Amino acid sequence: MTTLDTAVRGRRSFASRVASGAAGGVLRIFLILVALFWLVPTFGLLVSSFRDPTDIATSGWWKVFTAPSQLTAKSYQSLLEKDAITHAFFNTIWITVPATLLVVLLGAMAGYAFAWMDFKGRDWWFLVVVALLVVPVQVALIPLADLFGKIGIFGDIIGVVLFHVGFGLPFAIFLLRNFFAEIPRELLEAARLDGAGETRLFLTVVLPLGAPAIASLGIFQFLWVWNDMLVALVFSNAESQPLTVALQQQVRQFGNNIDVLAPGAFISMVVPLVVFFAFQRQFVSGVMAGAVK
Amino acid sequence: MTSVANSTGGAGALPAPAAEPGKSVTGTRLWVAVLFLLPAFVLLGALVVYPIGYSIWRSLYDADGSGFVGLKNYGDIFANDATLTAVRNTAIWVAVAPAIVTALGLIFAVLTERVRWGTAFKLIVFMPMAISMLAAGIIFRLVYEQDPNLGAANAVAKSIHDTFVSSSVYPNARPNAAVSDLKPSGGGSFTTTGTVRAGTPAMLPLVGIAPNKLPGSPENARTASGSGVTGTVWLDFKLGGGGTKGKVDPGEKALKGVKVEAVKGGKVVASAKSGADGTFTLPASADGARLRLPASNFSAPYNGIDWLGPTLVTPAIIGAYVWMWAGFAMVLIAAGLAGVDRNLLEAARVDGANEWQVFRRVTVPLLAPVLVVVLITLMINVMKIFDLVYIIAPQPSQDDANVLALQLFLSSFGGGGNEGVGSAIGVILLLLVLPVMFVNIRRLRRERQR
Repeated sequence: MTTLDTAVRGRRSFASRVASGAAGGVLRIFLILVALFWLVPTFGLLVSSFRDPTDIATSGWWKVFTAPSQLTAKSYQSLLEKDAITHAFFNTIWITVPATLLVVLLGAMAGYAFAWMDFKGRDWWFLVVVALLVVPVQVALIPLADLFGKIGIFGDIIGVVLFHVGFGLPFAIFLLRNFFAEIPRELLEAARLDGAGETRLFLTVVLPLGAPAIASLGIFQFLWVWNDMLVALVFSNAESQPLTVALQQQVRQFGNNIDVLAPGAFISMVVPLVVFFAFQRQFVSGVMAGAVK
Repeated sequence: MTSVANSTGGAGALPAPAAEPGKSVTGTRLWVAVLFLLPAFVLLGALVVYPIGYSIWRSLYDADGSGFVGLKNYGDIFANDATLTAVRNTAIWVAVAPAIVTALGLIFAVLTERVRWGTAFKLIVFMPMAISMLAAGIIFRLVYEQDPNLGAANAVAKSIHDTFVSSSVYPNARPNAAVSDLKPSGGGSFTTTGTVRAGTPAMLPLVGIAPNKLPGSPENARTASGSGVTGTVWLDFKLGGGGTKGKVDPGEKALKGVKVEAVKGGKVVASAKSGADGTFTLPASADGARLRLPASNFSAPYNGIDWLGPTLVTPAIIGAYVWMWAGFAMVLIAAGLAGVDRNLLEAARVDGANEWQVFRRVTVPLLAPVLVVVLITLMINVMKIFDLVYIIAPQPSQDDANVLALQLFLSSFGGGGNEGVGSAIGVILLLLVLPVMFVNIRRLRRERQR
């Protein structure tokens, strides 16, 4: 490849090299502009979250370039003093953590059964799971609202968690079964010869070897639930609502309350962004594989 | 930093290749398998399968579930204006958004291949995938803010507009109806009822602006003189009052830069702009014409684009969606690109193909399978779009931005109180993804048989 490469390059005329150099310059400028275009909206909100409400109402966030003294953490301070917002933040955690752990655990158990256990109709049951992969959450909003109402958990955190578990499972089972199926058979047989039963095989061989897939799934599910607004909007009440729903209620008066919305949105973004930068690889493969939801 | 570039994600709409599942190594007893599967299947049954059946059944009943109405709810969706808008907008979303996102993703993936900091670029463009649609919605509410002093989009629009079109000088000025013979002549312009004569300066007094609000440092007005066709445009008012209406009194300010047209028989024969002292001079051909101050003198200042108004709200929200999802398409396509055989591209170049031809005739066809997966995944995603529309569209434009998922929510939970129509919309959404469900199942079975 390299020899061909240099050969081709060697044949290029001076003029074409100048032309491609200029094209490279244009390309760089174009990409820098695009990158700016992608950064500026978020940056604008970040700057706005550090400005005084009166400044926000009278001038654009770009004003801080000429008046850096406008920057202040006041909005964050007053936001963190609002019990409703801090309460909602903890609700987000109480919803997200169990919904993620349950999906990973139950999905891994079922995935293992589908990959390494013999039972009648295994392939047919797995087809059912695959069919459920693309079912839109919207189909279940009304039925589960009625059902949860009947059994008395409508408005509870547990209802929101259950909903996310139900709709997280098909993808979890699908992803983990495919990953577990590729575990070398010898490893499982060796453990079996050592006298391990199914449960021990699952816990000591399958789970550790499946860690990469479990991490991707866990991150995807975590972000999915953390960022969800629709499910919580329907199934939570004032007491159990997560941060997304609490902030959504503020959007109605957009314009007068950017000092609440901007820092609020940033607080809700911090966790996903940390996850994004800390676990890029797992994050990307999780999002890629799960985007079909 | 390299992980974004290197990671090869699984497939979106299509399952990753399934390895042949192994025979049990333990000779599992049935009850063990049941134990492992039961929790997941109970939850799937209760939370996913049962709701599908319930929705189908419920969609055949009326608003409060007491009367059987057959398929009437489905008919209503296409008969009612609000839901019909939702259907139409969802169609627009599905037709437009995935195509734009995929095209941008393809362009970014191909271009960043040749730049050393391509990974940093990818990281930036992919980042919005991490945040919630709520946060993205708030970010773009701020971008689309109407006031050019507050919203970045209109700040840019206004500065571009003002570079090419000089904005009007005196937005609120108008003739003093009592003393001037300038009368409204339609469309915001004013025309004199009498005609102008050479040697007799025309007096065009305006009011409606405070003298201290005039832009720049205006000079005092001067009555025009000379034998030509001349006149004066000035502010016939000074702070503290006094002076004669219709006359240039000492201390009254000139209105500089006002356009004056000489009109004969409905046609503009000449035009001039008032100078620093408010006077203007028209050519002799204007003798006997009426004078008109065109509307451009008084038009309101450019106030940016009404992004979230009824006409542009859907494109504006699609813009926010593209911002969020372009990184997704880019990373998937870049992963596909990494698997493309470089020799094929190089062979095409050696054969004399230019970069565009290589892209169009070699790269894109080789990437076709990936592009299809990306497109289908995005289409499924866009069909169910809710959060962005709900957050970005302001209350007055919500009906114009409506989509199916939002209408479902509004019908059943947002005060609509009609679970029948809501269920019907849910079933329609399910029907729309059915083809993808079948493709997934067929692929899986084909892989089994191999």
